[in-house]
Amino acid sequence: MQDIHFVKRLGRLFRTTAFKLAIGILLIFTIFAITILVYVGFSAQRLLDEQVSVTVSEEIKGLLGQYNIGGVVRLVRQIERRSQQPGSSLYLVTSASGETLAGNIMSVESEGLLEAGTYELFYRVIEDGEPRPHRALVETVILPGGFRLMVGRDLAETARFRAVIWRTGGWSILFVLALAVTGGVFVARRVLTRIDQMTETTRLIMAGDFSGRLTVSGTDDELDRLAQSLNTMLERIQELMKGLKEVSDNIAHDLKTPLTRLRNSAEEALRNSRSVDDLRLALDHVIDEADGLIKLFNALLMIARAEAGGAFDRGDNLDLSAIAHDVAELYEPLADEAGMKLIVKANAPIEIRGSRELLGQALANLIDNAIKYSASREQEDTHQKNEITVAVERKNDVIELSVADRGPGIAEEDRGRVLDRFVRLETSRTRPGSGLGLSLAAAIARLHNGTLKLEDHAPGLRVVLSLPVMSKT
Amino acid sequence: MKLLLIEDDASAAAYLVKAFRELGHSIDHASDGLDGYAMAADGRYDVLIVDRMIPRMDGLALIRALREQAIETPALILSALGQVDDRVKGLRAGADDYLPKPYAFSELLARVEILSRRARIAPTEETTFRVADLELDRLSHRVTRAGVEIDLQPREFRLLEYLMRHAGQVVTRTMLLEHVWDYHFDPQTNVIDVHVSRLRAKIDKNHTVQLIHTIRGAGYTLRETSR
Repeated sequence: MQDIHFVKRLGRLFRTTAFKLAIGILLIFTIFAITILVYVGFSAQRLLDEQVSVTVSEEIKGLLGQYNIGGVVRLVRQIERRSQQPGSSLYLVTSASGETLAGNIMSVESEGLLEAGTYELFYRVIEDGEPRPHRALVETVILPGGFRLMVGRDLAETARFRAVIWRTGGWSILFVLALAVTGGVFVARRVLTRIDQMTETTRLIMAGDFSGRLTVSGTDDELDRLAQSLNTMLERIQELMKGLKEVSDNIAHDLKTPLTRLRNSAEEALRNSRSVDDLRLALDHVIDEADGLIKLFNALLMIARAEAGGAFDRGDNLDLSAIAHDVAELYEPLADEAGMKLIVKANAPIEIRGSRELLGQALANLIDNAIKYSASREQEDTHQKNEITVAVERKNDVIELSVADRGPGIAEEDRGRVLDRFVRLETSRTRPGSGLGLSLAAAIARLHNGTLKLEDHAPGLRVVLSLPVMSKT
Repeated sequence: MKLLLIEDDASAAAYLVKAFRELGHSIDHASDGLDGYAMAADGRYDVLIVDRMIPRMDGLALIRALREQAIETPALILSALGQVDDRVKGLRAGADDYLPKPYAFSELLARVEILSRRARIAPTEETTFRVADLELDRLSHRVTRAGVEIDLQPREFRLLEYLMRHAGQVVTRTMLLEHVWDYHFDPQTNVIDVHVSRLRAKIDKNHTVQLIHTIRGAGYTLRETSR
């Protein structure tokens, strides 16, 4: 069991990117190192060989000088003297018939007479009482009268040197390899541990625990950065999930309430209606409820659509002031009936790019809210008549469309919340409305790259829809 | 009216067919685009009611194909896609009206009736509308009732003009918002009702014969006698 686990772990280790990368780099370096080693090795060898042959030719030249002065006798004597010296070269002088006249080589592993030229040959050396073949580089010249002079140098030394080079090179490559593998394993394991941590955390999150976050080691390396952005993503997901849950809770509440009313009406009609007129009345009521539901649904879809964004085409060039006048005119009688005055402050045309339909709807919702929520307020001060001001103005690089009322306003701590879907402050729960008006307006603002803000109008509420100034492109 | 309904949802189709027949209209039903196209192609219907998403041939493509054949039967699109740009696409394809689902039958009926009337009456623009003793002159922008001039705001004038143009027919609140204010959204409160009641106050006040009638669950109609 333990073994299988270990093998599995090892397999995973080898499959990590870090390990593969380490091995890849290792391979490249090894090839590089071997190339250098081979080059250095062969160069050194050639240099040594050259040195040997130069030495040999120099000696031949010297000995030929001696021969020219005193003939074979002087040559032989010279060679005998040189042979005595320690670390001397190899010498051999033979007669035309191949008899050894002088020299320090016992025998040469070649048939017949020595040939002229430079070449390698084997000769025997007595080592530990036994003759052993040694390789040597020799140069042979043929003297007048068929005498042969051979000078050579044993190659054992250069061979040893070469072996040392190759061996050292080989070992160092092995050493580097071992180091690299260890390093690769180390790095891979480090990465693997952290990735494992991340995987474990994400698995927990997938299982439903959204509070989990990836550990950030604080070294600001690439894994940290990954962990940080994943954490930000988790934050956002958690937020969205929360929003979704809230929305579904609210949908459950706000759709179920009218559905229940609808069902109750139908049931009651079945139970209590005695005449056709009763039934007709009840059915009318049921249809009204159903219409309310359809409206709610349309508003919800619209918000979803507005929030998804994508489908909105670039829009047309519009005069926002004209829209303000249009919509205000639409609501003016309603405000009048509620005992309010609707004032429009939008004189100069202000051009924007967008959807007349959507902006009109947003403004309609805002005015509708203003009428609904400030209508009932008793105004003791008759001079400050309950008035609603719709204004369009340009402020630097934003265009503001605002609706201000003199109603009860919204407490500062609630202002952010009322923009959410379905949020209806307790004070307004009992009034008609879907609770979607403001969030729909906010969604429309976002769709136009704008924002929706709630401000204190002291007293009252001022809702400001800010849109970016149309670029001149 | 002779209607053709092109709708693939069997129960919705059955409901509409039954409802229109009960009102004395003749209605045929096609359950896919190709059949619908074949039936509509000879142009013997007053109004086509076309579902936007139907098998074998998309509703928009169907209307476009008909228009290319110079068949100008008024067409109303029924669609689950009720957004602004969807409506624009529908009208651009050659449809005459666009009604997002879910809709009230009264709304559909009112719109179909208006379309069928438009098809039957030559589109010559009348300059004056007359219902009972109410008269509206489009050129001079004058409205009189029993010879007495009534002072109307521009929007009230347009509202009355629309009601008189379709006198005797039911017009719904959304139709009024569409044609008088050119907005297609769903007003949350009864804004249209307030406008109509203001207009009614100016038109019908002090007259025994009421001309503007509220049709419960549907909208309004302007006619001499209440049904």
